[in-house]
Amino acid sequence: MSLQVTNLEAELKEPMSLVSESDRTLYLAQLIAQRNPLVSAGWLQSVRDRAQNLLRDQALPSTRDEDWRFTDLSALYRTTFHPAPATTINASDLDAWTTADLPMRIVVINGVFSPQHSTLAALPSGITVQSLATAQESIQPYLSQQQGMNEVFTALNTASFTDGVVIRVGKNQVIETPIHLLFLAVADAAPASISPRALVIAETGSAATLIEEYGAIGEGTYWTNAVTEISLAENAQLHHTRTQRESATAFHIGKTAVVQSRDSRYSLTTLSIGSQISRHNPEIVLTGIQTETHLNGLTLAVQSQLSDTHSLIHFAQPHCIAKQLNKCIVNDRARAVFNGRIEVPKAAQQTNAAQLSRNLLLSSKARVDTKPQLEIVADDVKCAHGATVSQLEDEEIFYLQSRGLDRKSSCDLLVKGFAAEITEKVPVLELRSRLLTSILSLIRD
Amino acid sequence: MIIENSEVILSVKDLTAEVDGIEILKGLSLEIKAGEIHAIMGPNGSGKSTFSKVLTGHPAYKVTGGEVSFKGQNLFDLEPQDRAREGIFLSFQYPLEIPGVSNLDFLRVAYNSKQKHKGLEDLDVFDFDDLIREKLDIVKMNPAFLDRSVNEGFSGGEKKRNEILQMALLEPILGILDETDSGLDIDALRIVANGVNQLTRPDNAVLMITHYQRLLDYIVPDYIHVMEGGRIVTTGGKELALELEARGYDWITNEPVEVGAR
Repeated sequence: MSLQVTNLEAELKEPMSLVSESDRTLYLAQLIAQRNPLVSAGWLQSVRDRAQNLLRDQALPSTRDEDWRFTDLSALYRTTFHPAPATTINASDLDAWTTADLPMRIVVINGVFSPQHSTLAALPSGITVQSLATAQESIQPYLSQQQGMNEVFTALNTASFTDGVVIRVGKNQVIETPIHLLFLAVADAAPASISPRALVIAETGSAATLIEEYGAIGEGTYWTNAVTEISLAENAQLHHTRTQRESATAFHIGKTAVVQSRDSRYSLTTLSIGSQISRHNPEIVLTGIQTETHLNGLTLAVQSQLSDTHSLIHFAQPHCIAKQLNKCIVNDRARAVFNGRIEVPKAAQQTNAAQLSRNLLLSSKARVDTKPQLEIVADDVKCAHGATVSQLEDEEIFYLQSRGLDRKSSCDLLVKGFAAEITEKVPVLELRSRLLTSILSLIRD
Repeated sequence: MIIENSEVILSVKDLTAEVDGIEILKGLSLEIKAGEIHAIMGPNGSGKSTFSKVLTGHPAYKVTGGEVSFKGQNLFDLEPQDRAREGIFLSFQYPLEIPGVSNLDFLRVAYNSKQKHKGLEDLDVFDFDDLIREKLDIVKMNPAFLDRSVNEGFSGGEKKRNEILQMALLEPILGILDETDSGLDIDALRIVANGVNQLTRPDNAVLMITHYQRLLDYIVPDYIHVMEGGRIVTTGGKELALELEARGYDWITNEPVEVGAR
């Protein structure tokens, strides 16, 4: 693969017809006005109310906002969504989303925890799972407390959720089996908005693996606006995989907000495959010393998809390590966006951070906008970043052809090789191979 | 070995070819029969590597004239992958690295595409494993290389051994070695040459392209061709190599020579 370093500044194009600010304010107000009520009042209602107050008179963003410069949400704003009703599914609907290797399953349908489809009996002691709607007030110190909770889509989720899941891994508990957290949308004719919410509390010295997935049953248009908060106590460890395999016409906006205490280790592997427009914001705040963070992301964008990843790693203390590798495969007229922000304030001396963005463009109309954003104030740190954009090279394809592979198989093998660096981080073999298969099947010649 | 009346594997007549609009091959003729080992020598830029790329169907090289038949069929009717499946193999001068694809998977896919072409069943993972371990011995390769990405981080010698491993696996009718010896230390050269020697049979042929006479001490050719200006300007037996080593190419290329192929 021949590589070239791109000039990361791309021209700012004004969309033909931007949805006006007043319309975006009105749109948000309508979303709030029509949201489903909470079943239980009490402390959770006050959390929702606070978020609602925060959103008063605010507008949803446009490409005039720096953070959304490359991601035009006009198509979202032109769609009228109604809040998704609580609903049920058939057990067989789950087949495509489950595997025997993931027996510990937590299913959330249209944002509502489904004990019926979950396998809580398989949970080992040391881990507790409950519905957010009925959770005790004791979790309040963890819920919607993190930096970035004021951001408009996150606050919209907080103001709109009716349920969700709370997962707590107990002190010093080591959970070997991955926890499978499955958010499914039931997509039907009328566009629905869904506000999935999860809270993961990893107590001191605990270790666990979480597989968080977003997908749909049915092929309709819907909007997932998801928030997952993760809190790692001292010396806790979490291996987290997040897949976004929403339906092709879906909209997906998601936040993964992580706070790491001292000596904790967190790895996040993301795969963004579905949705017509998607945006993921992993936000990692390192509050303690000597933490370790690994972010690995793979985006596939085909046809007219737009897939955006805006990550943030905020250092606050010395001796922390963060490594990030983000890869995009873009075909047809699709577009991918990566913005990787790393903040290293004065206090965060001895930080070791590395970020690499690698991108594979498979067609002449495919586009990627990649931008490192390192804000370094501390003066004794090691911070590296880089970006590459490449395409499949004739030489590589010819090499494979000269060994008897036809052109299509050669290209598939090369794409697979590019993707494998990320997919091999997925700890479940069956899921890994399903992801690779679905990536290859979505790439047409 | 030269065998009386053996089958013609490759017949090249007046081949002309260009790359980026520049004519590189200017009327090359050559015939290779089953059982034979041929070497093409010549100075840099004489068209040796271009010839190997044209035979294997590299898209950047455009054939502008002449004929090439392989086992009696028009070579230019075949796509690169079909040439490979029919039995042409090129050991690359610079083997490519393919990150993320394990050598084992790559070898199995290559082997099975040939199996499929022959109307045979794919070899499953286990049977293939047995087969490849047998072949590893031919190039004295450590099985650990199977789990690594194709050629990624391999030394020059390891890459060339990996090429010959592929040749051993695919059992070509015509094996083309494009400067397989260049840059190899003597131990690696011995291993590679020894591997090639194990693969020669009365029903296949080898075409070596090389810069250095040293290779020919280890793989002894039946014919040596000297290429210059896109044509074969002289052909001789293995003793020609010694003369080239002693006198260089100038004595050939400076004298007008009428002969094309032998």
